[in-house]
Amino acid sequence: MSLLQSLLGGTLIGAGAAVLLWRNHQVAGISGITASLLRGDSGESHWRLAFLAGLVAPAIVAGLEPSLMRGSLATYAVSGLLVGIGTRVGSGCTSGHGVCGISNLSPRSLVATLAFMATAMLTVALVRHGVSP
Amino acid sequence: MSFMSALVAGLLFGAGLLISGMADPANVLAFLDVGGDWNPALALTMGGAIAVLAPVAWWSRRRRDQASGAPVGVGRSRPIDRALVIGAVIFGVGWGLSGICPGPGLLLLTTLAPGAIAFIGSMIVGMVAATKLVSRVSAPDG
Repeated sequence: MSLLQSLLGGTLIGAGAAVLLWRNHQVAGISGITASLLRGDSGESHWRLAFLAGLVAPAIVAGLEPSLMRGSLATYAVSGLLVGIGTRVGSGCTSGHGVCGISNLSPRSLVATLAFMATAMLTVALVRHGVSP
Repeated sequence: MSFMSALVAGLLFGAGLLISGMADPANVLAFLDVGGDWNPALALTMGGAIAVLAPVAWWSRRRRDQASGAPVGVGRSRPIDRALVIGAVIFGVGWGLSGICPGPGLLLLTTLAPGAIAFIGSMIVGMVAATKLVSRVSAPDG
């Protein structure tokens, strides 16, 4: 991935979140939108389904490769469980806190983002490089 | 029409995740590996997204303040509490184990790779369990 692609992708993510905020008055937090659908929040769920359908459509069209998933099943299961619990207890994920909350100058989101970035970096360091005795 | 704008928003967001490299867990892990062979490219993704969204969020806050009432769903001044930090830490460990957060997880689910199904399946279990737990522990807030 080139630096330009990373930047261009970011501006598209920001544009998508901007459209949802401006037209739907909603925060583009993927974990929050998913959890609301799981709760079966009545009435206003059609925009959530439309957003998620749009979200995955480019991956289907581009034919995202299954080989991107190189880890073990157990790792993915444990990881998913922690991501699910953590994003509910902490009220957001990379998109809701890291992009939308920080853009909205939310102190809560800044704290959450610093916390999950630091913890994720620490986790990678421990898994890849271990702890020196 | 709210359905169409949400669809367009999702398309832009999903294309952005794909183009940026966020949908490749190895790329995300390389971004998180600050002590190893660090690839800082995804910092540009976050920065680019914030640069585009921040002015719109500012404008949206201003519009809401002027209209008063009709909450925009952002800017609620809830306190920085223990749940926020504990949740973020749990999420960070999960993200660091696989390099996958919820958005890219949904994109990877379209590959029907067993790992992606395992990730999203247990993420849903975790979300449902935590929602029940949180609603039992915390007092109802607005």
